[in-house]
This record gives sequence, C-alpha cells and structure tokens, in this order.
Amino acid sequence: MPSFDSSSSCLIKGGRLVDPSQNRDGFFDLLIENGRVSRVGANLSAPAGVRVMDASGFIVAPGLVDMHVHLREPGHEGAETIETGTRAAAAGGVTSVVAMPNTNPPIDSASAVRFVLRRAAETACVRVWPSASITVGRAGERLAEIGSMAAAGAVLVTDDGNGIPDSRLLRRAFEYAKMFDVTLMEHAEDKSLMGDGVMNEGSLATRLGYAGIPNQAESVAVARDIALAELTGAHLHLTHISTRETVSLVRQAKKKGVFVTADCTPHHFSLTENAVVLCGTNAKMNPPLRTESDRTALIEGLVDGTIDAIATDHAPHSRATKEQEFSSAPFGVIGLETLLPLTVTELVEPGHLSWSDAVRRLSTGPSRVLSLPVGELGEGSTADVVVIDPQEERTMTRFLSKSQNSPFIGRTLRGFARLVLVEGRVVFDRGAVS
Amino acid sequence: MTSFLSLDASGLSTAVDKMAQDLRLKISQPFDRWIFAGVQRRGVPLAHRLVRVLAGAEGLPVGTLDITFYRDDTGDRGVAPVVQETHFPYDLTGKTVVLVDDVLFTGRTVRCALDELMDFGRPDRVLLAVLADRGHRELPIQADVVGVTLATTAMERVDVRLSEVDGEDGVWITSMEKGREDPS
Amino acid sequence: MKDLLGLEHLTGAQIEYILDVARPMKNLFTRSIKKVPALRGKTVALLFFEASTRTRSSFELAAKRLSADTLSFTASTSSVTKGESLLDTAKTYEAMKVDFMVMRHGASGAPSLVAQAVKSHVINAGDGSHEHPTQGLLDIFTILEKKKKIDGLKVVILGDVLHSRVARSNLWGLTKLGAHVTVCGPPTLIPSGIVEAFGPRVSVSTHLSDALEDADVVNVLRLQRERQQGDFFPTLREYTEFFGLNNEALRQAKPDCLVLHPGPMNRGIEISSDVADGPQSAILDQVTNGIAVRMAVLYLYAGAGGLPATPPEPKKPLRSTQRSS
Repeated sequence: MPSFDSSSSCLIKGGRLVDPSQNRDGFFDLLIENGRVSRVGANLSAPAGVRVMDASGFIVAPGLVDMHVHLREPGHEGAETIETGTRAAAAGGVTSVVAMPNTNPPIDSASAVRFVLRRAAETACVRVWPSASITVGRAGERLAEIGSMAAAGAVLVTDDGNGIPDSRLLRRAFEYAKMFDVTLMEHAEDKSLMGDGVMNEGSLATRLGYAGIPNQAESVAVARDIALAELTGAHLHLTHISTRETVSLVRQAKKKGVFVTADCTPHHFSLTENAVVLCGTNAKMNPPLRTESDRTALIEGLVDGTIDAIATDHAPHSRATKEQEFSSAPFGVIGLETLLPLTVTELVEPGHLSWSDAVRRLSTGPSRVLSLPVGELGEGSTADVVVIDPQEERTMTRFLSKSQNSPFIGRTLRGFARLVLVEGRVVFDRGAVS
Repeated sequence: MTSFLSLDASGLSTAVDKMAQDLRLKISQPFDRWIFAGVQRRGVPLAHRLVRVLAGAEGLPVGTLDITFYRDDTGDRGVAPVVQETHFPYDLTGKTVVLVDDVLFTGRTVRCALDELMDFGRPDRVLLAVLADRGHRELPIQADVVGVTLATTAMERVDVRLSEVDGEDGVWITSMEKGREDPS
Repeated sequence: MKDLLGLEHLTGAQIEYILDVARPMKNLFTRSIKKVPALRGKTVALLFFEASTRTRSSFELAAKRLSADTLSFTASTSSVTKGESLLDTAKTYEAMKVDFMVMRHGASGAPSLVAQAVKSHVINAGDGSHEHPTQGLLDIFTILEKKKKIDGLKVVILGDVLHSRVARSNLWGLTKLGAHVTVCGPPTLIPSGIVEAFGPRVSVSTHLSDALEDADVVNVLRLQRERQQGDFFPTLREYTEFFGLNNEALRQAKPDCLVLHPGPMNRGIEISSDVADGPQSAILDQVTNGIAVRMAVLYLYAGAGGLPATPPEPKKPLRSTQRSS
C-alpha cells in the first residue's frame, strides 16, 4: 500500500483520545508498533527508534469509516479512480471506504470483487472494502451470486442507485443474504412516485419549474423494506435516508427489534433544498436535499442513535457532465473531504453531538454495522488512526478528488484531519504534528 | 452649479412671435399645405403656440414625433428612455413640414426627427424652426427659423421651460461642474 | 439586468415600464413603414431547442421591425442531434458575436445556465415548466388595454398549471401588480405549494363555477393531450366536462370578463369555439400585442446595462392637449 513513510510504528502523545469502543475519552497516549496498537495509557514513553508525534490540542480517534463511496473504477475513471478517491479519503481522515458496485461493468460477480481488491492493493492508500450488487447487472431481476461475492470479500450487497422494485425478489434477497450473514444495503426509493423528479417536491420546485420528488417516494419504500426485513430476520441497512418520515419508521422498527440500521449523509444534515438555488447542479443528488424539518429530524436521529452512521455517498462527476441543464445533469455530489469538517461544524460545535458520539457515527458505528475489524483503538487493534484539529478553519476551494462537484465550495468549515495512519503507516500528513 | 435666466416669459413670447413672422416670410405655400411636426417633448407645445400666432382659432395640423426609437446611441444608453407619443396621421405629399424643437445643439435630435419624418412620406419641403440655437453643432444641420441665438459653452446646460409642461415660461442656462448634458 | 429570464425577479415598476414602451411600439403597426432603426446592426439569434412557430415568428418579426438582423436555429436539424452540449451550442453563437439569444428550451433553467456563460443578452422564450416571461407580459398588456388596470382584478388561470410556464409567469406578473389570481383545475394538475410559492394573492380552486364567479379575466391554458397518458385525468371528455370553458361556464364571470389563451387552442377541449370566437375573447389581440411587447423587450435590453433596475418615472401628459386637425 503506497504511503508517506514506511515505518509502521510511532507514539502519538498528548492528544485527547476518543474511542467509544473502549469507552475512552481523555488524555491517553497511543503507542503503535508494527501496525498495531500496543499500548494505551497516560504519559507513555517511546521505545528506541520509535517516532513521537505530538498531538497536543488535537483529538485522536479511530480512522473514519465511510460506508458509502463511489470510487468509479472500473468504467468511470474520468470522474474518479481508486487511487484519487482514496487520496481524497485520506485527506478527509477516512481510513476505510466501502466501494459501491454501480461501476461499469457493475460488481456483480466474485471476479469483479477480486478486481476491486486487486486494484486497491495496487493503488489505494486507505482500506477499500468492496461491496457487490444484489442483482445481476443491478437490473433488479435476478439475484447475483451473493455467496461467492461475499466469500471473495464483499462486505455488503446493494443495488444502490436504484431500489429493488419487486417485493418478492427483495424478500428472496433478504432470505438468501441472511444465510451468509451479509448486510443488504437498500437505496429505498419507489421509482413510480419519484417519476422524473429532480429535486424535493414543494413550493421551491414549483417556483423553479422542476419536477419534484415527494418524501413518500422514500418512506413508502422504507416501510416495505422494514416489513420484509422483519419478516425474514435479515439485516437491512438503509442508506442516505433523508426524510422525517423515514427516521420515524426506523425508530419504531428498532423499538420492535427489527434488525435495521441506517446512515445519512453530511449534506443532508447540513443543507436544505434552498441550496439548489445557490449551487445549481452541485446541489442535485438522490435522495434530494429536503426541508428544514427533515434536516432537524436527521439530526435528532443521529443524536438518539436511530441513525447509526454518517456516510458520504461520495459521488464524483466530471465538470462537463454537471454543467448541463438541471434536469439532465446526473445526481450526486462528492463528500469525502467534507465529512469530518461538516460533522464538527454542524453537529459537534453547536452541541448536538459530543465527540464520543461523533466518533461513534463516523467510525465505531459503521464498523459495527458491517462487522468490520476496524473502528477501534484498544490494545491489539490495527492502528488506523486520525488526528483531528478541531479548531483548524478552512474555506473549501479545491478538492483532492478528481471531481469538484460539491455544494460546499466557498464554505468555511472547522475540524480537519492533520495526520492519518493506516495500519500504523502515515497516509496523510498536513504537517505540524511531529 | 449656477443657473441664470437668459430669457424671461415676455422675451420668450417675443421670440415666438418673431419665429412666426419668419416662417410667413420663408414659406410661400398657402396655409393648407403647411403641417407642423413638434419634436417631443417641448417642440410640441411650441408648435401649438406658433400655430396660434399664425392661424388663430382656425388652427393648422400639428403632428408629434418621438424620436427615441431613431436614436443612434442605443448601445451606450445610460439612462432609461421614456417614450412619448408619436402621432402623425398625415399625407405628406405636396406638403411643407415645419419641424419644431425647443433647442438646437449638436443637431443629432433633428437628424433623428428627419429620419422618422421620411418614414411617414415624402414632403415637398421641410423647414426647421427652433426657439433657441445654442451652437456646438456636430452635424451639418442649421435651423431656418430661430427665436434666439445663445452663446454657450459645452459645459453649460440650456433648459427651456414652457407653461404647458413646466408651469412657467423661460430659458435658463446652468453651468455644470463636469461633463455635459445629453446632446440634442 | 442583462437578461430576461423570468418575471419572478422583476419589480412591478420594471414590468410597467416594459409595457409603457410596448405601447408606442404597437403604434408603429399602424404606419405604412412598420420599422424603426433602433436596433440597426444588432443581431438576434433565435435558439429554439423546442419547436414553436408562433413564438419564434413573433420574436423574429419584433427583431426585424427594430431593424435588427436575425439568425435562426432549430433543434431538429442542428448540432444537438449530434450530441453537442447546450453550453457548447451557446458559446458557438457567442463567438459569432450575436447581441441577443432568444432561447426556448424544454428544460427549466436552461436559459439561466446559458446566461451565466455568455455576454449576449439572453431572453427566455419559454423554458420547461419554469417561465415564459414575454407571454406573461403580453397577457398583462392585453388585460391593461381592456381593463385599464391590474390592481384589484380577479384573474382566473384555468387548466394544466402544473406543466405551464405561461401560468407561472402570469402568476408573478399579476401578483406583483396587485391582482388576485385563482388557479383552477383538477388537483392532479395543480403544483405542490403554489400558494407558498407565489404568495397570499393566490388561491386554488378545483371547481370551475366557483372559480369563475365575478372573474374579470380568465386565461385558459392549453391542455396537452399526452397528459392523459400520465394519469392526470381519466379522459379528455371528462376534463372538458368539468374544466372546459364554454359560454355557460363563462356566465358565472362578470359580463365583460376577458378571455385569454396563449395558443394554440384545442377547440372543444379546454375552450369552446363559441368562447374562442366570441366578443369577450382577446386571443387575437394577444398575438398582435406579443410583437409589440417583444419589441419593447429587445429594445430595452439592448442597452449596455440591460433593463434599468429603477425605471424612470413616466412623464406627466402636457397640460392642455391641443390637437388641431
């Protein structure tokens, strides 16, 4: 794995260690040896030859885990590649990304899963966990070889970009995936209610003359998906939820003991549909930005744990494809490099989330949802670490991602990664930590 | 900015009388061949005053011409124009048209008015009658009949006020600090 | 303002100013030489990505009566079918140094996208379901001619408001000038949040008789037959029965209620022939007025700064109107 420094040992000293998996939030030093956390304690000293990193004034946390990232390789390398996407991830403090399978060709076979893993081994600077599609070609008709793909390394299955329209097929998919303990991630959307909508339905869409997508296009599908998850006992993960109605449905389902988890994106907890007026197609994504009421419901969901994780749905698109009439432009915005600062600026600073809860949603939570062996910094854990400067303030201008389609260009945010380690090796270093 | 009254109400009235006399001398055609064309805005009441002096209660035809759409400075237009009425329902064949305006300055307004007039037909003859000629011509255009000649500098502005429009009669000259007025 | 993209961001004063200039433009039509040199040497490109004979002809004539040169672009025979992007097409015309791009496009927001990228003045001739500002202006002009004012009038917009850019421009213009607008049609054809979008002067009705009561103006929108496929209503026959404007329905309105239609009409569906050809119809006046309004728009936007933000005060009429014959 390419990285800055071939050494996989160091001592991170003087920082505030926030590791919910170990119930830690305090001033603890982290000794990393040969890629693993060997000791956690106060006032540690470095053994001979081990570099000391001074993290005073900073937060030290397990590296962020983004469970919904489009790396676009194979097939759409013009917008992003595994190499450029993981570089952007590292800069954003993300040490694990779950790669979405809607590539060209889609990841719907074990050999395609192995392709992703091979490319990642060659070019990625952070961990890439491949996902695979539920149906062959993502066509929503026949099941793909979920067992073989899971054995090859797929950590979840999803037809993201689309929901599964046929309820009977979704039931079968749940039952089958359950056999392999594979999480089924649903992009919950009723296509007929969505119609040719391009933004949230309401008075703004009426003024702008755009076809609208009602909240119910999502909640109708969510209700159905939850009912089937309940029926089959399988693990349903609802990704990028955007409505007040969905948050309520998930809350109720969890109370009833249904095995359902959820994530939402930073752009959904930070923005409303008004961003369309200011940012044009850089605020066009699916599900769309909704109203202030939906936004606050998402924050409430993140606070009370209804929503387990924050995931970006990082969706790069080249400038030319986004520079079109609003109705023709593709859906999607990038997010890897704004994941952390938006969480800090919009959730931690205003007091909605403590640092512990923030790290839960960004790291521990997503790892637990997918049973990944990361997201923890207990002794013996692999040393995927992010050192965060909560005060650092920057105005977002140019991103490391190959694409620049973000609604946050020009926004000033706080809370950036300073140093990022994967398996003890430095993959990103903004300096001022040595 | 200082203004002074160059011509008072009585002087203005005298000037109009003089203009009417000059027209009678210069036009050999009988009155039934005369058509007056007042250039908006103040050329219109001025034309009516001339007609009153010349033909009293019987009157003579007075058309109005708004030259806004004939201006040659559309691309550099700073101030937004207000368009007045153009009403010119006359057959110009065989007629003598008296084009009337309040101030003759660069000559560009008159050129526009002539262009517009020609779109209405082909008169036998066109004469230009102005209340005040203030010099500084930019085009080879001269008035046939002039009420008063004013010696002005390019930094001065000439305002003709007529009671029909402004509530009082008179000609004011104002010296401007910089630039000059919209040339006409 | 360099471009006319819609009536949403114009003030009532700016709208009135454009119509004040449209009036003398209309007077030109009575002359034998229906031309003035105001835009001589300017080039107006008509970029119609959506077919339209009447709006395009109207703009073409407006440009020519101002002595401008015109250039036409039709989507079906053009580079668009070869896959050229909208911005590339627009930039090509900008490179030809056209002064105006009059644009009609099927996608809402397309003229705005182009306007940000080119120096030419972009005039929206209809974009998706967003706005058709010159239609809104000519509808208001026609109402003003007959009713002398907009403030306090009760106007009904009848039909497929959901898909109508004409309706939206009318809603902006009329409410800015003080009219009360009732939008009437089946709920499937009324857009979401319309009162929230356009303000308290707007109300919604799904009952034709109620909507038309005491109306001063009814603007009938064209019903696209394809909408039947979209399950917006079961059949054209049923639509006509409940929402078609005929003489009987019109009797609910004021006796001098004006009838408008942006055209082309589906006679016998949204409007009966009796009403379309009847004494209250101003439909043909709309066509004439359309040219005058478009001339005023081209004329006013041709200036370096485009339409002034604060229009001048209209001049008071002369004290004694003396007209000798």
